[in-house]
Amino acid sequence: MNKVVKKEFFSEKVVRLVVEAPLIARARKAGNFVILRVGEKGERIPLTIASADAEKGTIDLVAQVVGVSTSKLAELEPGDYITDLVGPLGKPTHIEKVGTILAAGGGVGVAPLLPIVEAFKKAGNRVITVLAARSKDLIILEDQMRQWSDELIVMTDDGSHGRQGLVTAGMEEILQREKVDECIVIGPAIMMKFAALLTEKYKVPTQASLNSIMVDGTGMCGACRVSVGGKTRFTCVDGPEFDAHHIDFDEMLMRLGGYREEEREALERYHLQHKLVEK
Amino acid sequence: MLINRVSMPELEPEIRVNYQDREVNSGLTREMAMQEAIRCMDCANPTCIEGCPVSINIPKFIKNIERGEIQQAASVLKETSALPAVCGRVCPQEKQCEAQCFYVQKLNKPAVAIGHLERFAADYERENGEMSVPETAESNGIKVATVGSGPAALSFAGDMIKKGYDVTVFEALHEIGGVLKYGIPEFRLPNNIVDKELENLQKMGVHFETNFIVGRTASFDDLKEQGFQAFFIGSGAGLPRFMNIPGENYNGILSSNEYLTRVNLMGAQYDETDTPVLHGKRVAVVGGGNTAMDSVRTALRLGAEKAMIVYRRSEEEMPARIEEIKHAKEEGVEFHNLCNPLEYYGDEKGRVSGMKLIRMELGEPDASGRRRPVPMEGSEFEMDVDLVIVAVGVSPNPLVPSSLKELNVTKWGTIVVDENNMQSSIPEMFAGGDIVRGGATVILAMGDGRLAAEKMDHFLQEKYTVN
Ligand SMILES: Cc1cc2nc3c(=O)[nH]c(=O)nc-3n(C[C@H](O)[C@H](O)[C@H](O)COP(=O)(O)OP(=O)(O)OC[C@H]3O[C@@H](n4cnc5c(N)ncnc54)[C@H](O)[C@@H]3O)c2cc1C
Ligand SMILES: Cc1cc2nc3c(=O)[nH]c(=O)nc-3n(C[C@H](O)[C@H](O)[C@H](O)COP(=O)(O)OP(=O)(O)OC[C@H]3O[C@@H](n4cnc5c(N)ncnc54)[C@H](O)[C@@H]3O)c2cc1C
Ligand code: SF4
Ligand code: SF4
Ligand code: FES
Repeated sequence: MNKVVKKEFFSEKVVRLVVEAPLIARARKAGNFVILRVGEKGERIPLTIASADAEKGTIDLVAQVVGVSTSKLAELEPGDYITDLVGPLGKPTHIEKVGTILAAGGGVGVAPLLPIVEAFKKAGNRVITVLAARSKDLIILEDQMRQWSDELIVMTDDGSHGRQGLVTAGMEEILQREKVDECIVIGPAIMMKFAALLTEKYKVPTQASLNSIMVDGTGMCGACRVSVGGKTRFTCVDGPEFDAHHIDFDEMLMRLGGYREEEREALERYHLQHKLVEK
Repeated sequence: MLINRVSMPELEPEIRVNYQDREVNSGLTREMAMQEAIRCMDCANPTCIEGCPVSINIPKFIKNIERGEIQQAASVLKETSALPAVCGRVCPQEKQCEAQCFYVQKLNKPAVAIGHLERFAADYERENGEMSVPETAESNGIKVATVGSGPAALSFAGDMIKKGYDVTVFEALHEIGGVLKYGIPEFRLPNNIVDKELENLQKMGVHFETNFIVGRTASFDDLKEQGFQAFFIGSGAGLPRFMNIPGENYNGILSSNEYLTRVNLMGAQYDETDTPVLHGKRVAVVGGGNTAMDSVRTALRLGAEKAMIVYRRSEEEMPARIEEIKHAKEEGVEFHNLCNPLEYYGDEKGRVSGMKLIRMELGEPDASGRRRPVPMEGSEFEMDVDLVIVAVGVSPNPLVPSSLKELNVTKWGTIVVDENNMQSSIPEMFAGGDIVRGGATVILAMGDGRLAAEKMDHFLQEKYTVN
């Protein structure tokens, strides 16, 4: 049981929770995630550790509400408990001084990108960050990102904030302008696919952090498998970051839809119950 | 007097296929058990004991049943086995104790039903008697820990707490029990039976820490700093194998671990839980072990119209317990033996829709002593399926070895131990169960836990008397 100590909404669908987890706060590294469960009937879902305060013994989670489990999580109030929380999981990001880093985050992928940008900056790199979302109110953590970036570009699909265009437009501008040594992208699978195609063209080594469907997060089930360079790998123990130029994104997109029907039905049941309770 | 071997009362197949959580075997009555116990001839040289990996005193417990002293029988079992109610249910008796019984060896008759009797005594104690909480020695204040909470770790914990150690069990998942909870389904091993045993350990003073991955949540060094003097690694063989054939990553193709975990650990078959599970109409399960039988029978209970086993050898070579194969057949599982998948096909949404197979024939025996299956050229055929469960084996869980660089492991990733004392290349680290043996059995895992407890005790006592 882990206590929620603070909660704020970045937008209607994006919530930040500060959660007591002293051991994880101490052990975690940039790129690690946790698996949590809300309620005794809850599902195990993975969320990246957006940041941590080892002294206070807390970790920050930023979640986008997409289905039942993330809805239940967003309903927790300070003082409530998360039933189960385990971590830190996954391989941490390989952080090194390499020169110039291009970091691109889409949607809620900006949350897991934050600790990585911070770590690269602290390691002495020049960091250029591109944040992207559909519209202004979906851009999160802009100020925190700015703090650790030498340059920050914001892109929105509708042009309501920053520049109008997709994340790849912002990235290409940088790639054309200067030599980038390494790129990291986190966001929806489709965004990562196109970002990877772009950086491949410019021959810039690129890491993508995958958000596969998971159950245990310890290598036990294989639900999170992806093809990388023609080999099957488990995102939870071999990743979540892989060489973006070798990931089979089409297969990954397909696998993300593996339980779509079941999840939609569950969400309908959940909304129905809520309506009944409200009445 | 000639008495026939007792037969286990069972729930009717037509009824039981509707319930994931109703046990198929309903247990012997007291009369049946006492009658069966008469059959045991209390041999002067009880060969059955040699067949039991933990050397339970079989005739002694059975003769107690014959006299109607069931509680005594249960105590005899507890001398050697931490979880008799579990082993009575899941041990492959026909290959172990019962295979060595005088009846089989010398009389060519069915063995004494040792497993059924073991289960009876343990159940009787749980249901009727006071579950005796074994006595524990005075605390010696020495802290030890287990990594994992499967049968190996639990039996280790039970023995060490009796010897007076301060024992903590660390488990990565949110429930204690390892495969007993997430793998073996309730129609074979109800969770409340495992929970009862856990309660017992808790009463004896064992601490349980769930959601704790040793090597991740805290390192071994962190734990040593907190005063832990020695560790027992029972982290299991959790990593599922796939066949690496085309199409294997389509949706609807999953490992038996994923399928069984969703159902057994997460309760995904019930509406009120949030975890989803796929309900197939035409389900193929690839493999011939217990895991395959558990998966295929689970698929039936979740509403499959056709539930099929696809196995590359013949029934004779199947590693599953004979009882599971029998139960699966009664329930209507189709067996496609001597077949192997070559490739999967998917629909436009990426969900599996069919598979290509090839027929096999048996050639020369291989390293395992079983005859090697060889593909028959030109015998390919196709089958429509909408769910495939891959149950072709597991590899050792790499979490612990990867966080302990100095630990000696084999090329398969199992931890190397001295089999006389279960000590690894790091003196204060002992290991046992599937992480040492690869996929094995509950009772072998428990035997390892016991041996490790005995030897770790010596190791620590020596250390403390020297210092
Ligand atoms: C390593 C890792 C780190 C992650 N970090 C974060 C994070 O920091 N913040 C965050 O908001 N989300 C993160 N995710 C995604 C998050 O786990 C899912 O959004 C969540 O599991 C959805 O649960 P749900 O029950 O609310 O929705 P569901 O009802 O399960 O799903 C709703 C919809 O989301 C899709 N979906 C389901 N699972 C995932 C998934 N794992 N990833 C993407 N889409 C999914 C489904 O296809 C469905 O359309 C991460 C995923 C991984 C694997
Ligand atoms: C479906 C199925 C059916 C089976 N049926 C039978 C049967 O009928 N009869 C039989 O005898 N055997 C059967 N077996 C085999 C038997 O269950 C195993 O041999 C036995 O459980 C092994 O026990 P163990 O203690 O080594 O590990 P496990 O039971 O595998 O438990 C290991 C535990 O360690 C945890 N863990 C791993 N790493 C860490 C870490 N770093 N920190 C904390 N925790 C960790 C895991 O989460 C897991 O819970 C079956 C197996 C399966 C999968
Ligand atoms: S523990 Fe298993 S092998 Fe030993 S006597 Fe019991 S059933 Fe037989
Ligand atoms: S070998 Fe068979 S008959 Fe003899 S003691 Fe053992 S169980 Fe009884
Ligand atoms: S989530 Fe189960 S193996 Fe990765």
